[in-house]
Amino acid sequence: MKHLRSIPELGVDGIVRILGLANHMAEVNRRPVPKVPALNGRTVVSLFFEDSTRTRISFETAAKRLSADTMTFSVSTSSVNKGESLKDTIETVSAMGVAAFVVRHKTSGIPWQLSEWTDASIINAGDGWHQHPTQALLDSFTIMSTLGRVPSNDCLKGLKIGIVGDIRHSRVARSDIQAFTALGATVVLVAPRTLLPPEIEGWPVSISSSLDDVIGELDVLYMLRMQRERMNEALVPHLGEYSARYGLDERRAKMLPGHALLMHPGPMNRGVEMLIDPSSLPNNMITQQVANGVSVRMAVLFDVLGGTETGAGVVS
Amino acid sequence: MNQASGDRPNTTLNTVPNQVLVLGQADVNRAITRIAHEIIERNRGLDGVVIVGLQRGGVWLAERLVATINHIEGETRPSIPLGKLDVSLFRDDISLRPVTPVTVTDIPADLAGSKVVLVDDVLFTGRTVRAALDALNQYGRPSSVQLAVMIDRGHRELPIRPDYVGKNLPTGRDEDVLVSPEGVTLSKKVNA
Amino acid sequence: MKEVQLINIRGGRILDETTDAQGRLADIHIAGGVITEVVDAGSKLPKADIDLDATNCFVSPGFVDLHVHLREPGREESETIETGSRAAALGGFTAVVAMPNTEPSQDSRIVVEFVRAQGERAGLCEVIPSACITVGRAGQALAPYGELRDAGVTLFTDDGNGVQDPLLMRRALEYARDLDITLAQHCEVSSLTVGAVMHEGSCCSHLGLPGWPAIAEELMVHRDIELVRLTGSRIHFLHLSTERSVEMVRHAKAEGLPITAEATPHHFTLTDEALRSFDPVFKVNPPLRTPADIAALKEGLRDGTIDAIATDHAPHASHLKEQPLDQAPPGMLGLETALALSLTELNMDAHSVVAALSWKPARIAGVGDRHGRPVAVGEAANLAIFDPTCEWVVDREVVASKSKNTPYHGRTVRGKVRHTVFSGQVVVRDGVAQR
Repeated sequence: MKHLRSIPELGVDGIVRILGLANHMAEVNRRPVPKVPALNGRTVVSLFFEDSTRTRISFETAAKRLSADTMTFSVSTSSVNKGESLKDTIETVSAMGVAAFVVRHKTSGIPWQLSEWTDASIINAGDGWHQHPTQALLDSFTIMSTLGRVPSNDCLKGLKIGIVGDIRHSRVARSDIQAFTALGATVVLVAPRTLLPPEIEGWPVSISSSLDDVIGELDVLYMLRMQRERMNEALVPHLGEYSARYGLDERRAKMLPGHALLMHPGPMNRGVEMLIDPSSLPNNMITQQVANGVSVRMAVLFDVLGGTETGAGVVS
Repeated sequence: MNQASGDRPNTTLNTVPNQVLVLGQADVNRAITRIAHEIIERNRGLDGVVIVGLQRGGVWLAERLVATINHIEGETRPSIPLGKLDVSLFRDDISLRPVTPVTVTDIPADLAGSKVVLVDDVLFTGRTVRAALDALNQYGRPSSVQLAVMIDRGHRELPIRPDYVGKNLPTGRDEDVLVSPEGVTLSKKVNA
Repeated sequence: MKEVQLINIRGGRILDETTDAQGRLADIHIAGGVITEVVDAGSKLPKADIDLDATNCFVSPGFVDLHVHLREPGREESETIETGSRAAALGGFTAVVAMPNTEPSQDSRIVVEFVRAQGERAGLCEVIPSACITVGRAGQALAPYGELRDAGVTLFTDDGNGVQDPLLMRRALEYARDLDITLAQHCEVSSLTVGAVMHEGSCCSHLGLPGWPAIAEELMVHRDIELVRLTGSRIHFLHLSTERSVEMVRHAKAEGLPITAEATPHHFTLTDEALRSFDPVFKVNPPLRTPADIAALKEGLRDGTIDAIATDHAPHASHLKEQPLDQAPPGMLGLETALALSLTELNMDAHSVVAALSWKPARIAGVGDRHGRPVAVGEAANLAIFDPTCEWVVDREVVASKSKNTPYHGRTVRGKVRHTVFSGQVVVRDGVAQR
């Protein structure tokens, strides 16, 4: 695999391949010395045009555990702020000999534009409202491994996953929907119409505007972050009403089946979508998601940089 | 070991043209028994010995060696520890050919001070063993590392030699060696 | 500056408002900027300086583009009046209406006269300046229509922006009525398109890009139809892009309201699916829409609901287009490919296509006295000579425009301009610009 730009480009075979690799990387992470020389000598540059310290650190940790050299291109202090174009930036940094760029940008499609301008691999760490493929992979990995399942194209089969919140502006939701359904899960989106993308009739999901109606049937409750900035756009009347209708409070926590997993991509908005302490729930996966993020990103980096064009083969 | 490609058939013999049987099942059994005795003898008892099979071809052999040693030693002592090691991420040729780690690494104990016996089916260039030595270091510092292989087929690219050998087998680089509990065969490479 | 050229055009078929779709074989002599002889094919013609071979070609009145952005003054790194005029001539256009969103805007006599003078200096086609509806296209105060009318402007538009305030638009239409000018609206209710990058639909939902909903255009089309009904003034709708817009215009015209409309080749050729490449070359305003909208535009052109094919030629230098999709400016090249896409994509005969490219827009632009005329003795020699069957591949590396943002790079199209005669001068000969 040359790039990881989106879940559809990765395809279900690619998802299963990454999940398998991630299992292996999780084992590496449990070793006394959680570091292997696999990507020794490769340079991985994180190019974050939008702040996300946690995602950047997760990627850089993953790269370092594979012995890659990592560099951070900090946009706020760079020539981008002096008017340098995106194309000039990527061409300049590429010239220093970069194997992969990990890219985060507020605009959809940037990873595709960048890959026109560099020979390096592009790993999408979030583009606009479009894709966040490593989040979807680590979410799938978290569910699969928590349930003791093994990587396969139906490893989430039989599960009903509810994604709650601002789907419209969420790259996590778009990627998760594609990954979860590719692996056999059923997905229900829970949100008011204003927070759903327009014309999603063709999507492989069901839709509900009431969390109370569906929460009792869920195997996984996936809460999205509700951004306060959205309040300026008349998408919901006010945060209080959103919390009352879509927040996870004590009453709804009791309605959630005992076996159901609670997930959130972080950072949480306490008091908005999260009205309880999530650690009070027995199946709170939120910290596990972060831990798995490193293993999954190691798998992605190894697949992109250690394999061949079409994905790594198997050698015993 | 490696040179056989990953999707190796689960060893029904005589399915590949030009396949020559080098060791039969009984020969393999005898070799395992002999190596087991040599390990016991060389290590003067078995204190601190850990058997580590290299994924994937060395694992069954390591399991057989542990079972055989236990049989020889009887019930008088606890079973010696058995580990499995996948060295894919330690290889020096990741960029030269596709490598995917797919198997389990499971080291049962801190290896500091132990006598590790690495086990693989075929010793060829030595690069897998080199990677294994690097990987082992991350589990502690063994007092010694020994190497047991069923077949030494030559063509070494690194200064590595086995301590226990089932059979020395002269081969060409264009040949494949297949090792299984049922026997050892030599054949021309299928897609060389 | 102009030398008198004596030109003979032989072997072509005249295709104009008076002919049928087959055209009529004839040879033509041009002298002093005027058609002086039209004779049966093969007959003797006076001696000429230039003989143009029109075998397998139609000889039609030159095309008139109601909608081009020539970027001068202010954005000369993307296009100049000279380079844009050259692209126009290569596309068979002998007149283009220059949109007023220059820097400074064309809202005063001095800027308008500069644009016209630069067009004359280039001498490749007639550059007809339009002017703003509101000062600086800011939607606050009416531009000085009287002064601009005296400077020869007959088409007024804030293109790039719609006039948002219904009161201001009402006043504009009322004020325009007695000046015999036409207001041209870019229909977009801007509060519905904040940050929009592409058509709002299932494709934009997948791509996570902010959507430009059809209703944003349709609400303004509806409002302006009602304002035309109220005021009795003329309006021209720029670049209609949606099925409902076409439907509303069809009904309004059936009621006899003084409304005209245009559609662009890209809106009847490309869909929002093109954005799956995330290539900003496909970002345009209004956005590329759906197959249903394309079908409606084609039907609108076929039944005359939509009068004209206009290109909305919008060059942007590569450093402007090579930006994130939300920052890249909207727009694409159109002049050099308009005829070919019309012949290739529309299920219309050449006569209907030329009607929408020539005499119908000529009247809307107020230049029907010299463009879109029959190919007849005594008429101004503004002619396009094109081979309707010639297939060619669009190549952005060889465009005459100063920018390269054509969305058709690599596409095979049918129909090519061979020669263009503007004001009695051969400006394009065998597909090559002559100046």
